[in-house]
This record gives sequence, C-alpha cells and structure tokens, in this order.
Amino acid sequence: MIRFDDVTKVYPGSKHPALNSVSIEVGKGEFLFLVGASGSGKSTFLRLALREEKATKGVVRVSGKDVAKLSSWKVPHLRRTIGAVFQDFRLLPNKTVFENVAFALQVIGKPRHAIAHTVPEVLELVGLAGKEQRFPHELSGGEQQRVAIARAFVNRPAILLADEPTGNLDPNTSVGIMRLLDRINKTGTTIVMATHDHEIVNQMRKRVIELENGNMLRDEVSGVYGYSR
Amino acid sequence: MRFQFILDEIVIGLRRNLAMAISVVLVTVVSLFLVGLGFLAQRQVDTMKDYWYDRVQVTIFLCGDVSIAASCADGKATDAQKEQIEANLKSPQLQGYVKEVFFESKEQAFEHFKEQSKDSALSENVTASQMPESYRIDLKNPEQYKVVADYFKNTQGVESVQSQNQVLDRLFALLNQLKLGSWLLAVITLLCSVLLVATTIRLTAFTRRRETGIMRLVGASNFFIQLPFILESMIAAAVGATLASVALVAVTKFQIQGRLAKQLTFTNYVDVGDALTVVPWLFIIGLGIAGVSAFLALQRYLKV
Repeated sequence: MIRFDDVTKVYPGSKHPALNSVSIEVGKGEFLFLVGASGSGKSTFLRLALREEKATKGVVRVSGKDVAKLSSWKVPHLRRTIGAVFQDFRLLPNKTVFENVAFALQVIGKPRHAIAHTVPEVLELVGLAGKEQRFPHELSGGEQQRVAIARAFVNRPAILLADEPTGNLDPNTSVGIMRLLDRINKTGTTIVMATHDHEIVNQMRKRVIELENGNMLRDEVSGVYGYSR
Repeated sequence: MRFQFILDEIVIGLRRNLAMAISVVLVTVVSLFLVGLGFLAQRQVDTMKDYWYDRVQVTIFLCGDVSIAASCADGKATDAQKEQIEANLKSPQLQGYVKEVFFESKEQAFEHFKEQSKDSALSENVTASQMPESYRIDLKNPEQYKVVADYFKNTQGVESVQSQNQVLDRLFALLNQLKLGSWLLAVITLLCSVLLVATTIRLTAFTRRRETGIMRLVGASNFFIQLPFILESMIAAAVGATLASVALVAVTKFQIQGRLAKQLTFTNYVDVGDALTVVPWLFIIGLGIAGVSAFLALQRYLKV
C-alpha cells in the first residue's frame, strides 16, 4: 500500500536529512509501528505519505502511485484514500461530534442521506453512540480521539496514518484507543502508527520499524519498542 | 447538496467570526468612503470646469465712432465688415472652435452696463451711443480661445478682441492642478484601502487556518475550501460598499447640496447624480479587493 524507495527528505534550511535513504514497504492490511525519539523522522514519514511534503530524493508510492507525480489538484483525491489521526485530535471546536465526522463527507460532496446513514454507523463503531450532539470540549481526551478516528475512518480509507494518537492520553484510555485501531486494522485497513509508547508497542506485537536521526535502525515483524528502555 | 453545504458554511463562518466580519465591513466602509470622496473630488473639478467654461466668452468689439485703434482708421464698422466677420466665424477654419455667436447691439450693451454699474454715478453720464457693438462668442473648447482671438486681431472694423486670457489661463491651470490633486487623493486612498482590506482579510484567514488544515486533511479540494471564505469576504465587502455608498450620497445631498451650495455660490457643486455614478465603482473596487485578497490569503495555507 505504501512503498518508500530510497527516500531522502531534507527540509529547506536544514543540513541533516529528516529521512536518510529509507526504503520501507507496507503491505495491504498490515499494522506498522514507527518508533524512535523526537526528530527521528517518524512524522516526516507520515507527511511524505500524505504528500504534505515532497521527497528530496527517492520515490514515495501510495496505492501503487508515485505521489510526486500527482498534479496538485489530484492531491485531495489521494488524501481521501488516507485517514489521518493526530496527537492533538484536530477537531473543529464549534461543531458537534456528528458534524465533525460529517464534515469529512460534506467537503468531498457526499449526499445528505448518505451522511445521515454513514456517520451514526461509524460513531457506533468507535463507541460514541449517543454522544452525537456533544461538542469536543464536553468530551474526554479519549473520546475526542475516538471522534478523530471516526472522522478519519468514515470514508473507509485503505490506509490510516496515526501520529502519536495516544500521546495525550493516559495508559488506560490509550489501551482503549489501541483496541479500536486494532479493530479497524482487522477490517483490512492498513495502519501506520508513529509512537513513543513502549507499553503499547510491546503489548501489540506488530511489525516495528525504528528510526534514529532519519536512518532506519531495524525492521522487525513482531517487534518490541527497544532494548534500552 | 454541495451548494447547500457551502451556504451553511458561509452563514456559520459569518456568525462565528462576527467580529472579523464586522471589522472587514468597517474597514471597507471607511476606505471605500474615502475612495468615493476622491472620485467625487474629480467630479467636482469637472463640474467647476463646466461651470466656468460655460461662462467663458471671446468678445469681438467693433469699431465705434470714437475708436482709435489702427484697424478702425476707416471709422465705424460697416455692415459689410460685420457680414465679413460673421462669415469668417462660420468659415471651415473656425467652425471647429465656435459654438455660438451672439451679436450685442449698442442698446443691449448699454443695458448690461447699467445693470453692472447700478450703484455708480458713472452710468448716468453714459449714453447708448457711446457703447460699442460686439460679437460674443461661446467656444466649443474654452481652452482654445487664443485661436479665435488671434484670428480677428487685425481685422478691419474690429477695435479689439477681449478674451480674459490672463484670468482664464490661471483658472485653467488651477483647475488642472486640482484635477491632478484629486487623482492623487483617489489613488492614495485606493492604495490604503487595498492594504487595509487585504490585511484584515489575511487576519481572518489566519484565524481559520486550523479549519483549513482539517479540510485539506480530509481531502477537500482547494476550490471547495476557498469558495466559502471568498464569498464570505465578498459579502462583508458588499455590506461595507453599501454603507459607504449611502454615506457618500448622504454627504452629497445634505452637506454639499444642502449646505455648501447655498453658502458658497460662486460655482456649481457635485450632486446626488454624480455620487450615484461613483457607487458602482465602489462596489467593483470593494468586491474586487475582498475577493482577490481572500483568494491570496488562503493560498498560503493551501500549498500542497
């Protein structure tokens, strides 16, 4: 689903590459943890896949397509096939839970009846049934992240990218979120999750790629967070 | 559906960012009003020009019984000479300059003279026979009075050609300077309004960058992200343009026509009709600036 071929990313004004000749292939339905310290290149990986940035060198393919060759008006179509979740939830504070999730469908022009049908379904899936009319500030952190996941997943994207989705949550809540992501993964959605959270990585026993200063340190099929923790 | 959604977004945007919308409205009102004043100043100069030009005449004084000019050596202007002058005024050479010609007889000149020097003892010692006959000529373009004046300078039977040239030259120079000044005023206010409106809208775009980011994230097309914002800004600008137009018309009606025109009567003033011709420009400028700067302001947050 996602394939990086010898990808290097150097941000303008910086000498050190944020990613240095990294080659990674993520298959369909896979669950991948990206681990490493801050500044190791995890977020850069996700940004490149979303084509928020372009690779300095190498080729980034998503669903078989070279994203660098997409014309800029086609980039929105790429992003519709990728769900994204962030540490800070990125919800619209003035919209209700329902409206936040519906927003993702409205902006891509889905008809109203489809929205009325799809949104409650996905809210049910993430465990927020009955909270449709709440505003984000009335929800706990975990619940807000569930809304964000619902919004990311409501289009049924083939890929879900998560950038430290549990970074702002306590351990118990984090476990709930991980269960949810696991469930989404089991529907066949490819998930790439960048994280610092040792516990979670060690519990899940999924594929782990560790990055350090933009270099790939290891790629383990059923890995743990690290040796020196 | 999408149309309905865009409408909803505009309403929500305007309501939530009410303070921003109001500031766009106010900035537009003030700057468009000033631009409008700049335009009106132009119209005022034109109006003054028309007013004075209508009063500019070249006068050809004919030789009388007591004229001493060289061209009057033969004494009083004959009917043949008068006919020649009239024919010359209609000749192809002068046709392009002359609008209308009035003949002023001695009696008419006397009437005018009496009227002008009503309170002076002079009028009692003057008789109609002492007054000169004259041709009073309205010009098509008063700035070209010299052509006509020079043409008749040495004609037999013409005592003198009077064209108020010194006064006129200064008046025309003044009016042209005023025109230039009002252009400058309009251009400067226009520049100010472009910068002010653009800055305010950029601020609005900044407060929406989070929303813009989320829209991009979920794959909204740029067009779809921009349209509500551009329309929102243009609606605010339209409200501003409306208020500015109302203010401009009100100032013209009550201040200029209602007060100034009654107190200082030496010239005509712009009227409501003039103000109304400025109004469409205010809308074009206001909506144009708002639309373009809304487009450019969001562009920053839309780079893919």
